[in-house]
Amino acid sequence: MKQIKRSFRELLRYPSAIIGMVMILMAVLLSLYTMITIPYNEAIRLWRGSEDDWYKYPKQAVPAWTNTFSKKKQPISFFLNSAEPKTNSSVMVTKEIETRQDGTRKVTITYTFDYQYDDFPQDIILYTYTNDASKKPLVGVTWLTPDGRKINMASYSVSQRGVYRISQDEKLSRILRTKPIEGLFADPASKDTPIPLKGTYQMIVTTNLYESSAGLDAEFVLHGTLYGLAGTDFKRRDLTIGLMWGMPIALAFGLLAALGTTITTLVIAAIGTWYGGWVDDLIQRITEINSVLPFFPILIMIGTFYSRSIWLILGATILLNIFGLSIKNFRAIFMQIKEAPYIEAARSYGASDLRIIIRYLTPRVIPMLIPQLVTLVPGYVFLEAGLAVLGLGDPFVPTWGKIINDARTSGALFEGLYYWILEPAALLMVTGLAFALLGFALDRVFNPRLREM
Amino acid sequence: MNTDTKNDVRQPEASGQKRTSINSFLHSNSFMRLLKYSVTRLASLLFSVVIAIFLTILIANMGGYVDQIRLGEIREMVVQSVRGNTANRGLPPEKFQTLVDDLVYQEAHAQGLDQPLMVRAARYMKKALALDLGNALRMTSDSGSKQVRIIILERLPPTLLLWGVSGILLFFIEISVALSISRKYGSWLDKFFVSMAPFSTAPGWFYGIFMILIFASYFRILPFGGMVDAPIPKTTLDYSLSLLKHMILPTMALTLTSFFLNVYQWRTFFLIYSTEEYVEIAKAKGLSNRAIERDYVLRPTLPNIITSFALTLIALWLGGPITETIFQWPGLGRAFYQAVQFYDTPVILGQTVIYAYMLAFTVFLLDYIYALVDPRVKIGQGGSS
Repeated sequence: MKQIKRSFRELLRYPSAIIGMVMILMAVLLSLYTMITIPYNEAIRLWRGSEDDWYKYPKQAVPAWTNTFSKKKQPISFFLNSAEPKTNSSVMVTKEIETRQDGTRKVTITYTFDYQYDDFPQDIILYTYTNDASKKPLVGVTWLTPDGRKINMASYSVSQRGVYRISQDEKLSRILRTKPIEGLFADPASKDTPIPLKGTYQMIVTTNLYESSAGLDAEFVLHGTLYGLAGTDFKRRDLTIGLMWGMPIALAFGLLAALGTTITTLVIAAIGTWYGGWVDDLIQRITEINSVLPFFPILIMIGTFYSRSIWLILGATILLNIFGLSIKNFRAIFMQIKEAPYIEAARSYGASDLRIIIRYLTPRVIPMLIPQLVTLVPGYVFLEAGLAVLGLGDPFVPTWGKIINDARTSGALFEGLYYWILEPAALLMVTGLAFALLGFALDRVFNPRLREM
Repeated sequence: MNTDTKNDVRQPEASGQKRTSINSFLHSNSFMRLLKYSVTRLASLLFSVVIAIFLTILIANMGGYVDQIRLGEIREMVVQSVRGNTANRGLPPEKFQTLVDDLVYQEAHAQGLDQPLMVRAARYMKKALALDLGNALRMTSDSGSKQVRIIILERLPPTLLLWGVSGILLFFIEISVALSISRKYGSWLDKFFVSMAPFSTAPGWFYGIFMILIFASYFRILPFGGMVDAPIPKTTLDYSLSLLKHMILPTMALTLTSFFLNVYQWRTFFLIYSTEEYVEIAKAKGLSNRAIERDYVLRPTLPNIITSFALTLIALWLGGPITETIFQWPGLGRAFYQAVQFYDTPVILGQTVIYAYMLAFTVFLLDYIYALVDPRVKIGQGGSS
């Protein structure tokens, strides 16, 4: 215990160790936050990406904060639902119900939003929901521009769920004599190269309801080219979920693999040296067979032929690394310790084999074990990501490697969608670097010969 | 049986004993010992290779599943050909079925698919160990051959070109840089390498993506991937230039992932050796830096350098499946990955068996090389009881 305290104090002398530890701490805190706010099953369900979950989000939208750095402001996506009225921000939705004398009701839903961007949005979609089954309510949609023009966009009847994609409205296109979205937003002064008119727009949805139990709500979805903190991918999924959940997955994989391999290796090496004879011979033979087996190719085979489950891959990784090269290093040290007088003493007072192995042999190599354990973590984190980049990532769990693979295979590099690759890559790099920095410092603290270097 | 392989480090023997003639050496104890050691060592290594290949066969065959797929394919082929044959028109369904079953059985029997799993595995293994690699199931070489040997030989040059050239060059550059900065311990260059070392934790494919992003996608000055330009250049000069252009990014990625860490490790290694007493004495004697480096630092670390070099060479054989996939480089790593995707057991097996042989052979040779470069090492002596 004392020794650990002393080593820790010495570790604090290395700035790189402190940086590494702070980074690891932040990673752990982010993981905990993620696991609490987005439960595992929920994350997996969302990441499988059904249209119901993600229809509101634009495809391959760049993170919203990039507007801060660009001259030409791009439209940020947003959505407004009349079921959840909002009146106190730059985007508003109000719903008014007016009951007439004959019992019918007039519903007016008004969306108001401030549009200060230099480019047109991808699309605007209006989703209408009604529980009026017998009579299909007729919905009228009107558009008010900042300069006071009023455009009657469409009127259509809705049964249960109606979808109105403005970009695909050919009638509106004929009225406006251009693409609907451009026609709605363009500044009338800009004829040849249309640019959006900045200011406050309004879209008004009106309908008449004839049944007393009937209701109508409408959801306004503007698909811009930007969205959120991390942007979205080709399946409209919000990348923050994948990026956040990638952290606990990567940490779990890296730490479990590193712990699993080093500790088992240690115990096996101790058992082999202590008992000697055929046990030792067997362990050495297995080590040799294992060294002839190509590790990564076998993982590729397991991932393709059996299962891409991340936990199976973790198990295989540990299994194939237990009898690695470090077993020889541990063995060499144990060979020396085995002859030490205090082991002789323990034996003479009748300590059992197990006691000697666990209490007297293994603790002696802990100084060698700790740096090794920490330096192994990044390798395993990148291993998992590497398998995912080959398309062998877990089919359900969101991981950074899978996001990189999605981006690569859908041409993010060709189309310049760099955020999609850089975000998971940065997180991978930071995680790997954190453990590497700490590991390097630990190596120097626990390895007296390196200390001066 | 003593199969322990530990090299015993001993004090150099007296010089008089060394001067024995070859003739007496051949009849001496040490020759017999060497022979006995070599035989047992070879046997144990071969045993390891056999077991490893057997395990690979079991994994690559999915416990017989791949053979099931092949049976299914055979049946499909037979049904197609029986249907296509006009002579079989109007055949009653039962007769049609028996005809198909017969033909499937014949074909399966000819390929040995009707034998038990272990027999099949043993047969695959016998062929693999004899390096009779056979034909691929689905893959074909660019020249159109189905022979595994030709497929592998076709993929070998790109791998050797990329990983070999960059790997070997990097290896020697790393060692010489490490030597020179170990002399300037504490200088800014030294500190630079120490602080850059952690960045080498990211693998080659990771930096590869960055390189593609920066130089291919953003600046558009280098190709995204592949080995040569799309219409293959006519003249040898243009071809080589195009090849070089395509090699820049992968080589940069490989450099970033290994260079700093390896320089750091070799430099630390050399530093440890240069604090030995005999180096101090050499310095006190007033020997030149070059002489000290050559005879007192490099010489005792030679076994480590050779081991590392040998392992670098063997790693070539596996290539880098991910890096080669990212750069669309038609090398062995990508070939292996494709073979797995195609469930092409013969190709998987062919590459694995060659790797296993090469590794075992290198491990065997290294013992002798150690003994050659380091007089303190004696082959086949000592070890545990």
